[in-house]
Amino acid sequence: MADSMTGLEPQDVIDQEMRDISASYAAGSAVETQPRRDYAPYRSSRLRHPTKDLQQADPEGIELWAPVFGARDVGELESDLTIQRGGEPVGERMVVTGRVLDGEGRPVRHQLVEIWQANAGGRYIHQRDQHPAALDPHFTGMGRCLTDADGTYRFTTIKPGPYPWKNHHNAWRPAHIHFSLFGTDFTQRLVTQMYFPGDPLFDRDPIYQSIVDPRARDRLVATYDHDLTQHEWATGYRWDIVLTGSHRTPLEQDAAEEAHA
Amino acid sequence: MTPIPTPGQTVGPFFHYALPYDGDNELVPPAAAGAVRLHGTVRDGAGEPVPDAVLELWQADAAGEVVQQAGSLHRDGWTFTGFGRSATDAEGRYSFTTLRPGVVPGASAPFFAITVLARGLLHRLFTRAYLPGASDAFLDGLDPDRRTTVLTVADESGFRFDVRLQGEDETVFLDFGDE
Repeated sequence: MADSMTGLEPQDVIDQEMRDISASYAAGSAVETQPRRDYAPYRSSRLRHPTKDLQQADPEGIELWAPVFGARDVGELESDLTIQRGGEPVGERMVVTGRVLDGEGRPVRHQLVEIWQANAGGRYIHQRDQHPAALDPHFTGMGRCLTDADGTYRFTTIKPGPYPWKNHHNAWRPAHIHFSLFGTDFTQRLVTQMYFPGDPLFDRDPIYQSIVDPRARDRLVATYDHDLTQHEWATGYRWDIVLTGSHRTPLEQDAAEEAHA
Repeated sequence: MTPIPTPGQTVGPFFHYALPYDGDNELVPPAAAGAVRLHGTVRDGAGEPVPDAVLELWQADAAGEVVQQAGSLHRDGWTFTGFGRSATDAEGRYSFTTLRPGVVPGASAPFFAITVLARGLLHRLFTRAYLPGASDAFLDGLDPDRRTTVLTVADESGFRFDVRLQGEDETVFLDFGDE
């Protein structure tokens, strides 16, 4: 029954739906590595998932290439989310780094990585976020960088807080950072979310649980890395990202870069 | 061992201050020679506009060359980079100012390559927006009833291409063999 105050369904209903889907997946033998676009416990997906099979296609022409981003596009300071607004943001300062690889394990070099996130109190600066937590005048929650020659990205930021949303009554998102990534082909485009180890909200979150395979969803959880943690400065998290395989025949130029990597 | 791809997740409702940027949807200035508009509406399974979607456009230049030029995020007004981004407005509309794409050598018909992201959409979708009247092996292989969903319609400013995420006239979305 819906909550009498909010008119929203209770967490129990969502939990039961998620358990049923999970049990049905566990009983089968197919392995799913991506989220289900059709995942009813995430209510917003009901009218927004395609109902017809995706059309198999061989990438051709433009799809075998990706846009190029360079130093002109991204300033060096854009990867530090703690220095954008003239003062120190509130919260746990942290370094988040990792490598972007393609499906063959090759580094994705000099490509754009964009992130956005809530502040330490779980509030976005977005106008539509009316969660009554404080906005942080020193935190915008958005950053960009280019991967280096080794495919490594690195951000300095603040650990985001969990926040409520209206999927159901008392729905809270686990803390997460949104990531946007490009590969070497157009077909490798990925938008995803990075989570933090041990979050108590994982089991109750239909967006995280939309990846029905437990091992696949574990791939979205960063690892705490004490070697990355800096004395009296910041904690460190490591998260590697794998895009899909490249369809393009490598050029001589790619091979030369490979040899020098 | 072949690494396993990282799963996608929805872009969520709060991407507007991070993904859109000044000039994101102007691959060429509106007054540039040969400038055309590619625009349309994104709708859900109930036919309602989707105000929190973002489309990305990737295309060849008018000569069919795949340009490999930086400068999509800070445009200089002269360099065509082939990439753009357009968030939908309150009525679900997106719009790009760009060039009519040429045929890329080795490909059969010119098209705009499109990525669709939205709140409620758990993983990005890919589609193609072909020029009116296009024909190639991919188009010929589609159910005739659905072929029109990947064809643009010429109008006074350029091309209209509506995206339907679900339903009778659902857009043909692509799987490149990676999923």
